[in-house]
Amino acid sequence: MLTSVLLLADSRLPSGGHGHSGGVEALVERGLLADVNDLTCFLNGRVRTAGLVVGAFAAVAALSRQEWPRWDWERWDAALDVRTTSSALREVSRAQGSALRRTVRLAWPDDPGLRGLDDIDQPHHPLVLGAAVAAAGGGHEQAAALAVHHLVGGAAAAAVRLLGLDPLRVTAAQAGLAPLADDVTAQAASIAARAVADDDSDLLPADTTPMPEIMAELHAAEEVTLFAS
Amino acid sequence: MHRDDLGAEPRGTALAVAGRRDRRNLRIGIGGPVGGGKTALVAALCAQLRDELSVVVVTNDIYTEEDAEFLRRHAVLPDDRIRAVRTGCCPHTAIRDDITANLAAVEELITAHDPDLVLVESGGDNLTATFSYGLVDVQIFVVDVAGGDKVPRKGGPGVSRSDLLVINKTDLAPLVGADLAVMRADAERVRAGRPTVFTSLREAPQVPDVVRWVRAQLATWRPVQAM
Ligand SMILES: Nc1nc2c(ncn2[C@@H]2O[C@H](COP(=O)(O)OP(=O)(O)OP(=O)(O)O)[C@@H](O)[C@H]2O)c(=O)[nH]1
Ligand SMILES: [Mg+2]
Repeated sequence: MLTSVLLLADSRLPSGGHGHSGGVEALVERGLLADVNDLTCFLNGRVRTAGLVVGAFAAVAALSRQEWPRWDWERWDAALDVRTTSSALREVSRAQGSALRRTVRLAWPDDPGLRGLDDIDQPHHPLVLGAAVAAAGGGHEQAAALAVHHLVGGAAAAAVRLLGLDPLRVTAAQAGLAPLADDVTAQAASIAARAVADDDSDLLPADTTPMPEIMAELHAAEEVTLFAS
Repeated sequence: MHRDDLGAEPRGTALAVAGRRDRRNLRIGIGGPVGGGKTALVAALCAQLRDELSVVVVTNDIYTEEDAEFLRRHAVLPDDRIRAVRTGCCPHTAIRDDITANLAAVEELITAHDPDLVLVESGGDNLTATFSYGLVDVQIFVVDVAGGDKVPRKGGPGVSRSDLLVINKTDLAPLVGADLAVMRADAERVRAGRPTVFTSLREAPQVPDVVRWVRAQLATWRPVQAM
């Protein structure tokens, strides 16, 4: 089980992640993120907001394993849609979800939960990730943890490439953020458990801040960018 | 059949071959170092083949949509037959280690146009960057003589294992003192019989040798999917 889950934690997993900066490129371009400190502050905010949201949705997908294949994917998919106010970010999440689905469908071809995802045109990334963690034998807390982990890891890797930051210091910053990420993960997992038990998607968080959303829209309109988002 | 025959059978991994049966399009990757002439070759192939075949192109330029823009500007294909993938500073990752974004782009073009031929241009990278056979069926590696006649000798997976090696800009050879005979001999040594062609896209933009090779790939392709 652990090995399979670690496969999903690996940034080398083919799932399109390397082409996304998690909002970092747009900030770097505008001089709003220039060093490891800035990155740490940015990630701190992202973990508390977007991290909680993606973590909760990944946990929901992992928890709903028992109900597959009758699980109502589309309802939860729509619930994440309305929590992602930037249309650019919705597209990014769906593009990455489709990419991940491609890989995990081949890795766990017989898993009914993953097969259930075939019905969604372009599923959101956290839902695919949560379903994949369940297929790999992991639990909903691990699903939440991986969602937060990729949110942080993708942005950190992009900052290293874009700014030439010291990758050792960036890793240290990530280690410093880990306790916060663990707290947020636990919170996301317990909220998700309640939402699934009550069968109520309204219980799921919608935390966000305007800056990354605005940046995502500006980035999408930009002609010259290295990263897709 | 001669091993250096330009009409040699398409190669690729067992997986790629197995996947071929259910599709009718041939996917050709075009890779190689920055500025070797990949986009010029794509433009030339489109110009030569677009009247008889349905062709689409995916570009992977490092920084921008530069390659896609060039192709649009030169109107080698209608805009909606060209798609640009952004590679997050890692062009080789996008064509080799994590091909998912490129696969998505290829599939969108296939859904929209049902092409015979899909050309995927990689971002300019170094001599080690090659395509995964999960993304393309065969690949062309483009280098130019301006980098010096040492390039084939240095080898690397692109030079030695690509299905077709194109050594471009032969018109510049006298200016940079590159010895084409040396390049040919070195290429033959590392390529174990795989074909190599010399081109000058500047002086002979019809690139007949490359077009012939592509046609041969298509010809051997079709019977496979008819099986
Ligand atoms: N002299 C000469 N110039 C050429 C030839 N082929 C291409 N060029 C020029 O070389 C330059 C680079 O060509 P491209 O086709 O853009 O090369 P590329 O490999 O696509 O470059 P990247 O995508 O940036 O890696 C352009 O200015 C072309 O006009 C040739 O045969 N001879
Ligand atoms: Mg080019």
